Amino acid sequence: MPELAIQTNKLSLWYGDFQALFDVDLDIKQGIITSLIGPSGCGKSTLLRSVNRINERLGYVRIKGSIEVLGQNIYDPAVELIQVRKQIGMVFQRPNPLPLSIRDNVLFGHRLHSAERGSKSAQEEILEGALRQVLLWDKVKDRLDSRATGLSLEEQQKLCIARLLPVKPAVLLMDEPCSALDPTGTEAVEELIWQLRGQYTILIVTHNMAQARRASEECIFMLLGKVIEHTPTDEMFVTPVHKETADYIEGRYG
Amino acid sequence: MFEATALNARNARIQTLFRLLFGLMTGLLILPVIIILFTLIQEGGAVISYDFLFTSPTDGMTAGGIFPALIGTIWLVAVALIISVPLGVAAAIYLSEYAPENWLTRAINLAIINLAGVPSIVHALFGVGAFVLFFNFGTSILAASLTLAVMALPVVIVATRESLQAVPLAFREACWNMGATRWQTIRRVVLPNAVSGILTGVILEVSRTTGETAPIMFTGAVFFTPFLPQSVFDQTMAMSLHLFVVSTQVPGVPEQLPYGVALVLIAMVLTMNSLSIAFRMYLRSRKKW
Repeated sequence: MPELAIQTNKLSLWYGDFQALFDVDLDIKQGIITSLIGPSGCGKSTLLRSVNRINERLGYVRIKGSIEVLGQNIYDPAVELIQVRKQIGMVFQRPNPLPLSIRDNVLFGHRLHSAERGSKSAQEEILEGALRQVLLWDKVKDRLDSRATGLSLEEQQKLCIARLLPVKPAVLLMDEPCSALDPTGTEAVEELIWQLRGQYTILIVTHNMAQARRASEECIFMLLGKVIEHTPTDEMFVTPVHKETADYIEGRYG
Repeated sequence: MFEATALNARNARIQTLFRLLFGLMTGLLILPVIIILFTLIQEGGAVISYDFLFTSPTDGMTAGGIFPALIGTIWLVAVALIISVPLGVAAAIYLSEYAPENWLTRAINLAIINLAGVPSIVHALFGVGAFVLFFNFGTSILAASLTLAVMALPVVIVATRESLQAVPLAFREACWNMGATRWQTIRRVVLPNAVSGILTGVILEVSRTTGETAPIMFTGAVFFTPFLPQSVFDQTMAMSLHLFVVSTQVPGVPEQLPYGVALVLIAMVLTMNSLSIAFRMYLRSRKKW
């Protein structure tokens, strides 16, 4: 197992004529939580979305440089997009459970990616495992067949994380996963993300400085499409190297 | 401090006026429907009997029943549905889920909308040229149903496309991000949530094709035949054409007979509509969002 989960080399990205990322070089370590912070429009979401190649659905996106995930360039023509999406899960700002039952939501990815369905008991095991991992099992075990969209936002977001787990992804990308939640929900989901560290490499975009500080081990500060600073979170918030970083975390802009 | 001013009173009067006006318009709208139904029931109700429904016309169409026409219409509509629903739904899925956003797609969409505006008599002539003569199906249920199907396709396509597009993009994105192919996404998430809307299109199509006269009168429907159709290559009587015939073409028809035919025709459409609406409501209630 390589020690680095995600490596970008001179990654530049354009939306049409607008350059959103400039020569981004990053080494993101495996098994830890790395947060991406920076003011709106700094390219942090763009970067996140390049890592599982959902940007390219917009036809006008152009990319230079490479992104290697576990040592393999995911923009290599030989790479199967479906496998990229399987190995690199994504959690969105707004919880987006499918309009199916809780059970079918959790097993959705598993059913997509396994040639045969597996026995009923095997499926139940996967279901329980995933829901336990996101601390949702006790709450929903009696209503697995009710609709997922009836859950609270916090529970929905946990479910969205749970449905990524059965296919055993290498990396979890999270795009402001708590910004649609109330403070209690935020705390619960943060706690969950913290529990998942070690098992998964987690890259999380956040607007919330306190969240980055609480819930990540390394922190990347971006500004205007460039990476300014990438250090352990404790260091960044105590002794930032660059003046821009210091200004941002002290709330002088952003 | 809180008393109504002259301005308040004036605005209130104007508001009442408009409410009445719009209410009146709505009343005017449903009035014809009520009058039609009432007249049909009053004039034609007496004609309806078991024999009327289940025997052939006799005495040069001036007596007897409508059975061959009833069966013929069911054949025509059923075959038209079998042809147009798969075709229309497939085309709509392609246009909504697969087709790239470009001028060609827009042109196709425009063509479909325009197709819906083509007068039915033009469809009829197209049907004669294409299905009766060119494909050599002769005047048959097949030719008539194909003509009806072509005419109904735009309705099915537009209704299907709209119900597909009513499924939020977020669901599709969630699927794609888990590595689902387009088809897996359509099959498991988009279609199940669009079925009720698609069904609405089918209901519209059934209502429309049941009543159409022009497209079938040159392509497969005949004034009179004592035989029931045995296959899609037979000619057949049809309710709509039969109504036209007994109302205008045959002398000596009792005055109430056409009303009876019209009443049965309307009852057929309404029954089918109600069944489909009930089914649609059942599907909606199962929707999971």
